[in-house]
Amino acid sequence: MSLDFNLGAFNDYFRNETFRDDFTYANSPAGIRRFPFPFDRDDYMYSVNMEPHVPGRKGSVFEHAFDVDEHYVSEMIDRAKVLASDPLRCQSLPHMTLAGWDLLELIMEAKARDYPQWFTLTKDGNRWHWINRPLGIDHHFTFLDDSTLPYGPFEYITRQTQGDFTLQDERDNDLWMDAGMVTSQADWSLDFDIGMSFMEWHAPVPLAHEKGIFDRALKFLLKLQHGAPVRRFNWTMTVNPLLDTAPETYPVWGPTKTSLTPENLGQKQHLRVELQALFRLPRSNAIAFSIRCYLGRFEELVTIPKWGRRLHRVIRDINPDVAAYKGFLRNRDAMVAWLAGYDDGAPTSPGFWPED
Amino acid sequence: MSGGAKLKVRVAEVVNVNDMIKRFRFVSLDGSPMPAFSGGAHTVVEMDDDGVRRLNPYSLMSDPEDRSAYEISVRRDDAGRGGSLFMHRHVTPGLQMEISYPVNLFPLDTRARKHLMIAGGIGITPFLAQIAQLTHFGGRFELHYAARSQALGAYMDRLTAAHPAQVHCYFDDQGQVIDLARVLSMQPIGTHLYVCGPKGMIAWVLSTATSLGWPEKALHHEEFLAPGTGMPFQVDLAATGKTITVGTNQSLLEAMEAAGVDAPYLCRGGACGQCETNVIACDGAILHRDHWLTADEHAAGRKIMPCVSRFEGKSLTIDR
Ligand code: HEM
Ligand code: FES
Repeated sequence: MSLDFNLGAFNDYFRNETFRDDFTYANSPAGIRRFPFPFDRDDYMYSVNMEPHVPGRKGSVFEHAFDVDEHYVSEMIDRAKVLASDPLRCQSLPHMTLAGWDLLELIMEAKARDYPQWFTLTKDGNRWHWINRPLGIDHHFTFLDDSTLPYGPFEYITRQTQGDFTLQDERDNDLWMDAGMVTSQADWSLDFDIGMSFMEWHAPVPLAHEKGIFDRALKFLLKLQHGAPVRRFNWTMTVNPLLDTAPETYPVWGPTKTSLTPENLGQKQHLRVELQALFRLPRSNAIAFSIRCYLGRFEELVTIPKWGRRLHRVIRDINPDVAAYKGFLRNRDAMVAWLAGYDDGAPTSPGFWPED
Repeated sequence: MSGGAKLKVRVAEVVNVNDMIKRFRFVSLDGSPMPAFSGGAHTVVEMDDDGVRRLNPYSLMSDPEDRSAYEISVRRDDAGRGGSLFMHRHVTPGLQMEISYPVNLFPLDTRARKHLMIAGGIGITPFLAQIAQLTHFGGRFELHYAARSQALGAYMDRLTAAHPAQVHCYFDDQGQVIDLARVLSMQPIGTHLYVCGPKGMIAWVLSTATSLGWPEKALHHEEFLAPGTGMPFQVDLAATGKTITVGTNQSLLEAMEAAGVDAPYLCRGGACGQCETNVIACDGAILHRDHWLTADEHAAGRKIMPCVSRFEGKSLTIDR
């Protein structure tokens, strides 16, 4: 049994691109328009920004529970490479296997329902048949029987799903990060955080603790119900379209922050947006957290005039503690100077949609 | 979203288990499988009792892997508020009802080396589902189950038949009492204790375990949340000049939306702060149910979170 990809199908839709070395990643014009621009106003501060994860506008990244886009195949190849060089990027404590099956079921059912042209799931009792055409996978397995899959259920399904995932066990009125697949993270480490509680893994975040954001968020999540998922945005900045900005490899990618010049900034600097969703899982009572990363090159984003203006204002006025935590304080002034060329001072409309 | 996600079901079967207990079987209206759940979960059953809306939580007792139906058992409580009487008298096969998605406030700690379960009377129901779950996915357990009499010991036969070595039964009318201190002293390290039954029994089990040095985090007892809805109430909206009535079935936010008032919101669960609204006049009590306002703000009563909070009293005017 293996999970080798047999690529080739749908090459006209899925881009063949890299997130390392020559960095050929880019968004198509349609990809730019559906980019989840995270700012609904001209300024930014941490808040308890959670809302029901219900289907959103057609064609948007909110249309489906798990968005599959033009980068799908290349992202899965990149994940496999990261795991080959560092297997600890995927870990699941022994009591989390059932939660892994819950997540596998949630994702397979959602993808087969929302993207029938790419994914098919047929069930005969617990004998399941899964077809993933873009990756060329066709497997028969027994639901809830680990021995019938080439990996544990959590690793199996997250090797086929864009975005990082963590699974939180709920105990003692708290959430514990007891499993994770983390290869496209904004500079945090699963190997360091695994087994931690909600407040422990959030300890490094500035300002939000004092504002009571984490107290409220935790209380809200402890009441999260099966069938009623929620979502929120987070964002940061990344030089080059590098998905895997891990603390473990900081010596490799950290220094690229010093490579920006006024000439290359629009091309190298990326806004990194995380669309995060939280799902209560049925059998395990655990909570799945998906962290889907979207990378948008500055040059791409400013093709939407409203976003160019707004990004300039948000970055110009950002709290320096937030910029320092997110790791772009040293380049903030250079970004603002570059973005100023796309801000004519005109007012922006509320909300994040490009056209409104 | 005031009551969370709901399931539309039909009553497929009602069984007299004994003089006090009836079992109800719910199947989905459209024939789709019921969501899987975790052992220890309950569902909130909505009843329309002659115009009075009742919301009662009942533990799911069926096998969590059986997606064809949910089963609950209801003990008739002649002195209670009426939910169990309604279930016993008026809920018959064919009736359509709404129940909440399963919510688990009494989950197994899956890291436990062993699960020690203590049940009193109808408190057996969550353990039935937990034992089914442990049977599927592995896990050691031991059950001590006390009932008033043999006749009232619901599901004892099936439990002792399936798990003769793990299940121990006790009958009050025969003077049998669980030798708790002894049972507790014989458990391997890493055992978690679960108790569900009458209040007095829960208190006895927890205090005995605590006095024997059991760690607090290894002790679990069933506890139901108060349902999130309540009585209807009227609100004057100062900014839009409207007067609205909030039904039992909706939140203040939902009632404003239904009246065409464009009120801000995000989480609809009392956490994000978006819907915060100033109270202009209040003759009565605001029932604060949010995590957003501070305790001082709750006490001051000058703000309300319409997505979750309610009102009881003469009149309330808010700034919307
Ligand atoms: C259970 C689900 C969640 C997980 C697993 C999670 C995990 C994380 C992690 C690993 C970090 C990075 C911390 C570091 O620097 O090492 C982080 C940052 C953060 N989290 Fe969460 N989180 C969760 C839910 C939430 C929720 C519900 C909120 C707020 C409403 C929230 C707000 C934040 C904020 C504001 C940051 C700082 C982000 C930044 O400025 O880039 N998190 N989270
Ligand atoms: S909508 Fe979030 S607190 Fe009311």
